Parts: sequence; structure tokens; C-alpha cells
Amino acid sequence: MEIDINNLESISGRVRRNILEMVYKAGSGHPGGSLSAVEIMVALYFGILEDRDRFFLSNGHICPALYSVMAEKGLIDKNLLASYTELGSSLQGHPEKTKLKGIENTSGPLGLGLAQAAGFAAIKKGSYIYCMTSDGEHDEGNHWEAVNFAAKYKLSNLIQIVDKNGIQIEGTVEEIMPLGSLKEKYLASDWNVFEIDGHNFDEIFDSTSKARDKKGKPSVILANTVFGKGISFMESNPDWHAKAPNGDEFRKAMEELK
Amino acid sequence: MKSMRGGFGEMLVELGKKNPDIVVLTADLADSTRVKEFAEAFPNRFFQVGVAEQALVTVAAGMAGAGKIPFITSYAVFSPGRTFEQIKVTAALSDLPVKIVGSHAGFGASMYGATHQSLEDIALMRVIPNMVVVSPCDYEEAKKATFAVAENGKPSYLRLARQDSPIITDENSKFEIGKAVILRESKDPQVAIIGCGPVLAEALAAADQLKDIGIEVMVINNHTIKPIDDIAITNAARICGAIVTVEEHQVMGGLGSTVAEVVTQGHIVPMEFVGVKDVFGESAKNYQELWKKFGLTKENITEAVKKVITRKNS
Ligand SMILES: Cc1ncc(C[n+]2csc(CCOP(=O)(O)OP(=O)(O)O)c2C)c(N)n1
Repeated sequence: MEIDINNLESISGRVRRNILEMVYKAGSGHPGGSLSAVEIMVALYFGILEDRDRFFLSNGHICPALYSVMAEKGLIDKNLLASYTELGSSLQGHPEKTKLKGIENTSGPLGLGLAQAAGFAAIKKGSYIYCMTSDGEHDEGNHWEAVNFAAKYKLSNLIQIVDKNGIQIEGTVEEIMPLGSLKEKYLASDWNVFEIDGHNFDEIFDSTSKARDKKGKPSVILANTVFGKGISFMESNPDWHAKAPNGDEFRKAMEELK
Repeated sequence: MKSMRGGFGEMLVELGKKNPDIVVLTADLADSTRVKEFAEAFPNRFFQVGVAEQALVTVAAGMAGAGKIPFITSYAVFSPGRTFEQIKVTAALSDLPVKIVGSHAGFGASMYGATHQSLEDIALMRVIPNMVVVSPCDYEEAKKATFAVAENGKPSYLRLARQDSPIITDENSKFEIGKAVILRESKDPQVAIIGCGPVLAEALAAADQLKDIGIEVMVINNHTIKPIDDIAITNAARICGAIVTVEEHQVMGGLGSTVAEVVTQGHIVPMEFVGVKDVFGESAKNYQELWKKFGLTKENITEAVKKVITRKNS
């Protein structure tokens, strides 16, 4: 695939504006985590996912990012974005498999995505299964049960990307539930581990490419990201986990995204 | 309008002052479940377990075994939603006083969609032996229910709404676990409307509408689903000869089923059920849109009352 990074950067800019518009219009949603995941999702949809591959989003609350990327890619109608969380919309507040084509797994309740991706990967050996998870989700037991499963069955076609923005609802991961070294934990669990800057396209492409070439083990890419990336007053501030901007904040944010 | 979650949070601080055995645990939801004030007042009796509901329940069971009275909070979809077996075995089968507080129950998390709307929690909790299940209807009742479950020595489930809800009871209203309360009496009621939770405000509004067209009803606040007040329900069946149940929950396994179990074993009368009928919720701007879509409004209750009267008279 020929990849033009400049183009991906302008797509990411549009995706960020879409996210802000959706959350502002809905008066609800999760801007912080949505904004930290933008480059990873853009890279996946515009340069990584091949026809037979699948993307599982585990931390479903950041679906404004997913819906926006799908719209930019032409998988859904851009006009749909404005209906996010409205009664009858296919863009539910958390993504639902039966409501929107292209959604692999219903999510929102945390800690359940990796296991579904692993189950899918165990059956569909001929495709790569990408799963995005969050750092906050690493508090959940179900997530670690899937980590063991994927290692036991040597799911080398499973590639997990952790949006490691360091923030969960009520504060930093360090304050709410320190995770220790995820790198060491995954290595000890028999996974391949990559650590990257999750806003750097070269690093995203490079790590996913290397992960695809590894045999015999599942891979995890620990993507260090900035919560609220792109909006100065949201960056690294947990208050923006699940808050919609007011009119002034919205205008200020859109100004910064110009 | 006043917040049930707020009432719960305030009472928890009161309880904390009086009883050093009260401890509070939450799963990354201290603010939305209104336990932040307790956490600030009693930092040594507050535990943040992270996004780990299974640990939330089981750690609390350990603390209860060590003599504490843990209140554990999350959204109802996650606890008790995710934690059924943990609750059954480590709290209920061991008969430990773990207090499971499920917030955003019903359609409260309207924008968040089906994954975050808890319409099954009463059913889950009421089938477990030893459990006490309470669904208060407003701010004052949430306070009293919090106080009562703190004192009852049993594993207990307290169901709370997200939204600010109408004031139905006041400081002086009676509240006793297991004792239903008559909210509206009339001389010759043709139907007993039995409900729980904030949707009781719709039942009262329906009663007003019905009175205007000459239909007298009785409205009962059945805040405790378990132990169920079978005496009050049987009496209502005898007096009215027909029952309509109202709940912001699946009828199947919920208050409707519970009342039907009592009625069919006691004084049998025709019943109609207002509640969610075996479907999932969905996203909407607010809970009112969903009450309308899923048939929980005063109009739906009025219709159910008319229907049950026709059945009774046929
Ligand atoms: C099982 C479960 N418990 C609780 C929640 C409520 N919740 C939604 S997001 C979130 C924080 C998770 O942290 P993370 O995904 O790292 O958040 P972000 O980076 O978006 O701030 C929590 C606790 C949930 N969605 N699922």
C-alpha cells in the first residue's frame, strides 16, 4: 500500500474536528480518549487493514473517533455523524454490532474486546485481527484472561494496540490503579511487545508491520498517546474524559484545530 | 426534582460519622455514584479498586468477613450486571452484609445506549437467596433506604437512578424494608397500581388523569422487591380486584413478575404490566424519550388501567 503521511495528517485533522462536533452537538461523549486514538485509527483504516482483516474496538466509549474515521473512509455517510446518540440512530453512544455495518463487536463495557478479538483470531487464521484497548481497561480481569488465551493458542495473527494515554475516569492511571510495567507483564505472558509514539504514523506502520511478521506469539503495541491530543485545554486533563464542551470551549477547540 | 444519587451520597457521609465500620469501595466511578464526599471525609475508609467490578464485590466480601459494612458502587450494568456469581457466592451464600449500589439503573444512561442501561438488575438480584432488593423512588427515600440497608446486616442491593427525579416522599414518610407504602388512596379503587422507582411519578400522574374521567385507583410504592410485601399486595388485590404494575426494568423477572407470583398464590385478579417487554434499550437524548418509546409514561399506565378494568368486568 502506498502511504502519504501528509494526507493521513490532514485526515486526522478532519477526524478531530468531527469528534468535537459530534460530542458538542450530542452534549455527551468521551473527547479525551477519542482524540488520543485518532492517528492509530486513521493508520488502521487508511493504511493497515486489508480486506480480510478485522478491527475490534474494545474501549467503545471512544466511538466518536471510530465513527469519524469510518465516515472519512466512506464506510458510512458523513451526514450520519450528526445523529450520534440520537433516538433511532445507527451511531449509538457505544458501538453496536447489530446497528451499524462494519462494527465487529458491541462494546462500551470495558475489558471484553480483546477476548472477542482473540476468539475471532483463533478461528480466522488467515487474516490479521487488530484490537484497540485502553490502559484503563487493563484493570479488568476479563482482559487478562484473554491475554493468557491468546498466548496459549499462539495467536500470531492477533495484534493488540493499547491507547496508553495514562488517564481513566477519575484521574491518572497511576492514581486510580497503577499497572506497573505493562511491557514486563506482556513479556512475562509470552507476547511480543512494541512501544511506540501513538501519534507518529511511521512508528505505527513500522510496529504493525513487524508484528505481522512475528510468528508463534500474539503482539501488543503499547502506543504512548496524549489524552485530549490537539486541544490545549483538554490535553492530559481527566476532566475531559466524558464531558462535552460548552459553546465557548467548542469554538476555542475548533479554532485550535484549524 | 432532586437527585437520588445525591440522597445516597449524603446519607453515606452521615452513616460514616456514626458508624466506623462503614467502608466504601468504587470501580473508577466515585463521582458519578456520589461517593466522593465520603472519600474526602473518610479517606482511610474509601477504596478505589479501578475498573474492576469483580474485585469490587469480592474484595468487599473479604472486608465484610473482617467485620466491615462495605458499600460498593458502580453503574448497575457493571455491578450487579457483571458480578452476579461473585455476589451470589462471596456475599449472599456467605450471608455477608455487602451493600451493592447500582447507579444509572433503568434508562438513566440514556445517551450511552443499551450497553449502559440496566433493565435486568432487579431480576438478577431477586433470585439470590439472602439478598435484600430495594428500589427507592426519590431523593428522601434513597436516603432512608441507604440508612436501612446499612443497618439490616444482610447482603443488599440498592437501585439508584441517574437523573434528578420528582419528589414523591418527604422526610416524614414512613420507610421500612419489606413494607409497601400506599401513596394514593381512594374510596372505591377499581385498580391497584403497584410500582417502584422514579417512574412512580408517572403512576401518580396517571391516577390524576384517571380520576378526571371517573376512574379511582390506588397507587402503591413497592420499594422493596425482596422480601416482597405479600400481605400488602394480596390486600390490594382483594380491595381493587385488578392490578397494574409499573417499573423501569424488564417485566420478565422484575417487579411485575414478583407481584404476579404473589397474586397467583394468593388472591387471583387480572393484571397488566407496564415495563420493558423483552427488548434492549438504545441511545437517546434523555430518559423521557426512552420512557415514551418503551411505554413507561402516564399515558401507557392509563391505557393499562383501562385494559385491566375491561378484563376484570368481562
Ligand atoms: C466494565 C466497565 N466499568 C466501568 C465503565 C465506566 N467507564 C467508562 S470509561 C472508563 C475509564 C476507562 O479508562 P480508559 O479507557 O483508559 O479511559 P480514557 O483513556 O478514555 O480516559 C470507565 C471506568 C465501563 N465503561 N465499563
